[in-house]
Amino acid sequence: MDYILSLIGPMVEGTAVTLQMFFVTIVLSLPLGLGLAMARISRFAALSGAVGVYIWLMRGTPLMLQLLFVYYGLPFIPYAGVTLPEFPAAAVAFVLNYAAYFAEIFRAGIQSIERGQYEGAKVLGMTYPQTMRRIVLPQVIKRVLPPVSNETITLVKDTSLIYVLAMNDLLRVTRSIVQRDFDLTPFMVAAVFYLAMTFVLTWMFEKMEKRYAVYDE
Amino acid sequence: MQCMTNNDGHMIEMTGIHKSFGALEVLRGVSLTVAKGEVVAIIGPSGSGKSTLLRCLCRLEAIDRGSIAVAGETLAAEVPGGRSRYVADAEARRICRKMGMVFQHFNLFPHLTVLDNLLEAPLTVKGLARADILPEAEALLRKVGLWEKRATYPSRLSGGQKQRVAIARALAMKPDIMLFDEPTSALDPELTGEVLKAMRQLAEEHMTMVVVTHEMAFAREVAHWVIFMDEGEIVEEGAPEEVFARPRMERTKAFLGSML
Ligand SMILES: Nc1ncnc2c1ncn2[C@@H]1O[C@H](COP(=O)(O)OP(=O)(O)OP(=O)(O)O)[C@@H](O)[C@H]1O
Ligand SMILES: [Mg+2]
Repeated sequence: MDYILSLIGPMVEGTAVTLQMFFVTIVLSLPLGLGLAMARISRFAALSGAVGVYIWLMRGTPLMLQLLFVYYGLPFIPYAGVTLPEFPAAAVAFVLNYAAYFAEIFRAGIQSIERGQYEGAKVLGMTYPQTMRRIVLPQVIKRVLPPVSNETITLVKDTSLIYVLAMNDLLRVTRSIVQRDFDLTPFMVAAVFYLAMTFVLTWMFEKMEKRYAVYDE
Repeated sequence: MQCMTNNDGHMIEMTGIHKSFGALEVLRGVSLTVAKGEVVAIIGPSGSGKSTLLRCLCRLEAIDRGSIAVAGETLAAEVPGGRSRYVADAEARRICRKMGMVFQHFNLFPHLTVLDNLLEAPLTVKGLARADILPEAEALLRKVGLWEKRATYPSRLSGGQKQRVAIARALAMKPDIMLFDEPTSALDPELTGEVLKAMRQLAEEHMTMVVVTHEMAFAREVAHWVIFMDEGEIVEEGAPEEVFARPRMERTKAFLGSML
């Protein structure tokens, strides 16, 4: 028991890194994903096409590869290249990657709203931005909550990939302790930590889904 | 200088409207004039272009040729080369606000309560304050008999109730003209009465109305003018007692016979 307590300190520090990466990614990738979704359904073919290619690239290659590329590869790009410290590099890769997934979820959500909603808003004099903001997107939120919830829970676990950049997140801290002590207990403790985080998220999304359950479609 | 407003009392003037979907010509030179306070019923077989005509009027479709004026203001006009153009977007939106539209499938906003469905457009489009429009919206709900349902979401309403909310929602923008596209066609027969009653009441208040309908009794009793369309053309039009009692054209006779 004392052994487990001694683990808590360093593992909480690791969890802090994990949570930071999680929150930065969520806060930035959700709005970016929405913007990309709007661009994807725009009638400007060049814009929609470019975003299509972007989404294809981000979803079609491993997140791990993207992480390594931003950290090790970006500095070598002529002129535009920048060297980022570990955390910003990882954050850029996570935000760009998750924004692509969220963009697809939002696009599907927006396109699932019936044409009659747009027509009803238009004959009442609403502009396209007003229709989106007041009529379409509020209904989209309800429809995308389940897939967004899934993606968010996946993100908690995906943050463990940052160990490749030698960042001391929960998983890397755990692994070093296991290697130091030749004991598997830290793995169990880490599992409990991850479960706690995903439990809180699941609970939050359930609450949101309940709130949107006041109306049926 | 072309005069933008004329006062000949015409609320709607559609002239020589042509509209095609790809190779399919749906409207072939339709002209429609509606005077202030007039109720015009448009009847005709399925696919004859009735909905398309209304949809072109409120910009849900764009006409290819012809011109449209609403309350004396040009909404769409032919430009050199023969095709037609609507006026600039903001201007067109302003003109179209004079018209309210009621759809066959209601198109209510499911995420808003009945009352908020009525308030939404006055709030966002006109930028009015909620407190200022609340009394009027509540009065409209009373008028269509749905005040008790103000806090309910649309999914909990019957079809007839939904359509009455849709009518009230359109009226909340204070239009001068109301357009109806088969407002009772999606309803169970026993629910059409309450919707037709609300429409009758509007007609009695001298609202200018264009009603696409399969309700022949309604067209006969309420409309001042009946238009029979077939294959994208107006085949016959006249006062209802003329068109219904003594149709001149064979196609009209055949259609009316099929409606019995
Ligand atoms: N957006 C569209 N694209 C292609 N064809 C269309 C479109 N809208 C309507 N049409 C076609 O145009 C024709 C006229 O349609 P419209 O809906 O105006 O007929 P209608 O008189 O309202 O018929 P109904 O009584 O069935 O409602 C039909 O053949 C229809 O299939
Ligand atoms: Mg129709």
